[in-house]
Amino acid sequence: MMSGEATVPGDAAVPVTAPGEATEAPPRPASGLALMASELTVLYRRRRTWAMLAALAAIPILIAIAVRLRPTAAGSGRGPQFLNQITDNGLFVAVTALLVSIPLFLPLTIGVVAGDTISGEASHGTLKYLLVAPAGRVRLLVVKYVGTAVFCVTATLTVVIAGAIIGAVLFPIGPVTLLSGDTIAVGDSLVRLLLIAGFVTVSLLGLSAIGLFISTLTDVPVGAMAATIVLSIASQVLDTLPQLDWLHPWLFSHYWFGFADLLRQPISWTSFGDNALLQAGYFAVFGALAYGRFITKDVLS
Amino acid sequence: MTATRPSAELAIETLGLTKRFGAHAAVDGIDLAVPRGAIFGFLGPNGSGKTTTIRMMLGLASATSGDIRMLGRDMPRDLHQVLPRIGALVEGPAFYPFLSGAANLHRLDTADRFAPASTRRARVNVALERVGLTHAAGKKVRAYSLGMKQRLGIANALLTPRELLVLDEPTNGLDPQGTREVRRLVRSLAEEGTTVFVSSHLLAEVEQMCTHAAVMSAGSLVAQGTLEDLRHVGEARVSVRTPDAVIARGLLANLGLALDFSGPEAQSPDPEADEVVSASLVDRGMAPEAIVAALVTGGVRVRGFTMEDASLEDRFVALTGEGFDIAQ
Ligand SMILES: Nc1ncnc2c1ncn2[C@@H]1O[C@H](COP(=O)(O)OP(=O)(O)OP(=O)(O)O)[C@@H](O)[C@H]1O
Ligand SMILES: [Mg+2]
Repeated sequence: MMSGEATVPGDAAVPVTAPGEATEAPPRPASGLALMASELTVLYRRRRTWAMLAALAAIPILIAIAVRLRPTAAGSGRGPQFLNQITDNGLFVAVTALLVSIPLFLPLTIGVVAGDTISGEASHGTLKYLLVAPAGRVRLLVVKYVGTAVFCVTATLTVVIAGAIIGAVLFPIGPVTLLSGDTIAVGDSLVRLLLIAGFVTVSLLGLSAIGLFISTLTDVPVGAMAATIVLSIASQVLDTLPQLDWLHPWLFSHYWFGFADLLRQPISWTSFGDNALLQAGYFAVFGALAYGRFITKDVLS
Repeated sequence: MTATRPSAELAIETLGLTKRFGAHAAVDGIDLAVPRGAIFGFLGPNGSGKTTTIRMMLGLASATSGDIRMLGRDMPRDLHQVLPRIGALVEGPAFYPFLSGAANLHRLDTADRFAPASTRRARVNVALERVGLTHAAGKKVRAYSLGMKQRLGIANALLTPRELLVLDEPTNGLDPQGTREVRRLVRSLAEEGTTVFVSSHLLAEVEQMCTHAAVMSAGSLVAQGTLEDLRHVGEARVSVRTPDAVIARGLLANLGLALDFSGPEAQSPDPEADEVVSASLVDRGMAPEAIVAALVTGGVRVRGFTMEDASLEDRFVALTGEGFDIAQ
């Protein structure tokens, strides 16, 4: 799309002077990383982003405090998996908090960010100015998707790191007994925690692509956010209906809780690979749909 | 109206440009020709298709049919080469309310791959200064007034040196001071060689600032040319002050002028009192002295005679229709 024979007014050293008729040899266009950096700056300068991250960080903190106040209730066998292990090892706060966040809180924040990508710019009216700059429609889509992916990493890490810290503060930290019965050292278990965070991040990439696509369909960001979040819930509901078991492996939420394999010795990568493949498929399909939609879209906002 | 020029001298050229929204043609086969170096006023009442045309010129909306050439290149095919050379304000300014004015300009500048990062801060500051926003640069846009946002929008169009500025109603929401400054800014940019294409529904603004103009009405281009051309096309107004109003009316009618109204046939009570007879001159070939001569020969005591070109406003109203209702 970018050809090398661009002509732009030269002499960049003299700012804001109108050029004459001269169209000199074009300067080389910049890599375009500036827009990526700017996108992340804008994302992380928003109070909304920090509010969502704060809410995510609050989840492990609440869990840890609750368990700390009534440690006996954690052993009752009810509640999320790993809850009863928190009192023995604070690192399980992070794992438990992730499990609690996966069905709703993480998709909620991803839905907000992904649904806002294009429709948010459209509703501010800044979309037309980005395109006239020109940002390039494809480049803008790529930048928006990468921005959402970076947010997925941030969101997951927020839960894990907040969980590990509060766990270390309120509970003892020690070697971890894996699901396979093996015991690994603290350093090793921190690596496992990061692997789980990676797994959850990858799990959210398909949803991000869906959100990006929906965001190209409307100029109303709240609509795109809501639609993305509703889809994430619908997918999980469908995944629980045995009548639709043929459909289950194709649902983007199918492997969302599949990170237990990472808590065995040796690590089984099967579910990680299956999940990554499925998410890549969703990325390809919804990325292509977003491209097809956005490249021809009339920007009238 | 405009002589056909070689395309290289045209900053903007459209051929049969059409945009339909459903069955309704918002822009209906317009042929614009904007010469380089011109300050080109794009006039039209609300809903006449100005913004829609501008969106198509900038590649924001696709044309239903027709061709666009901007700065000698096809749009939207060469969009990536053409747009860096164009600064634009499209239907009002738009910014991130949670960022400061300077941060907003910084953000939009990063979207232009040809805008050098090394001079970004300096260029943002110069652009802000040019529109008089230096003191509000650090303020969140949420706290800007309408006029301040409008100025920031113009600053955004000036971030890099441009060959062409496309400004959609740039003085919308500005105070008289701001309006005057925008006019001055546009003129100084034009002196530096930038072509300026500015849409407006305010005729006075176009008259004061532009060298060329085109008039849109309900999606069609009804006139185009230099301001001089536009003033001289169409009719002139003649008024005669005389006590012999009845004879004067008859003579003027015989000469082919269209009388404003056919007055009373009866003599006014005082035969010596002056009356003003006015008519419009449809045939521009007739010289004013010839009319006076004919009146005098016919025995009319001519005590005053004026002939004026129709004001551009009359032309504008004549071209776009008188009614207040939006044409569909
Ligand atoms: N998104 C849209 N969908 C349908 N019709 C539209 C759309 N945008 C504009 N129109 C129609 O196109 C016509 C021209 O609109 P446009 O915005 O170009 O007018 P304008 O000359 O810029 O008016 P104004 O002076 O009010 O800014 C109007 O009749 C309007 O109703
Ligand atoms: Mg408009």
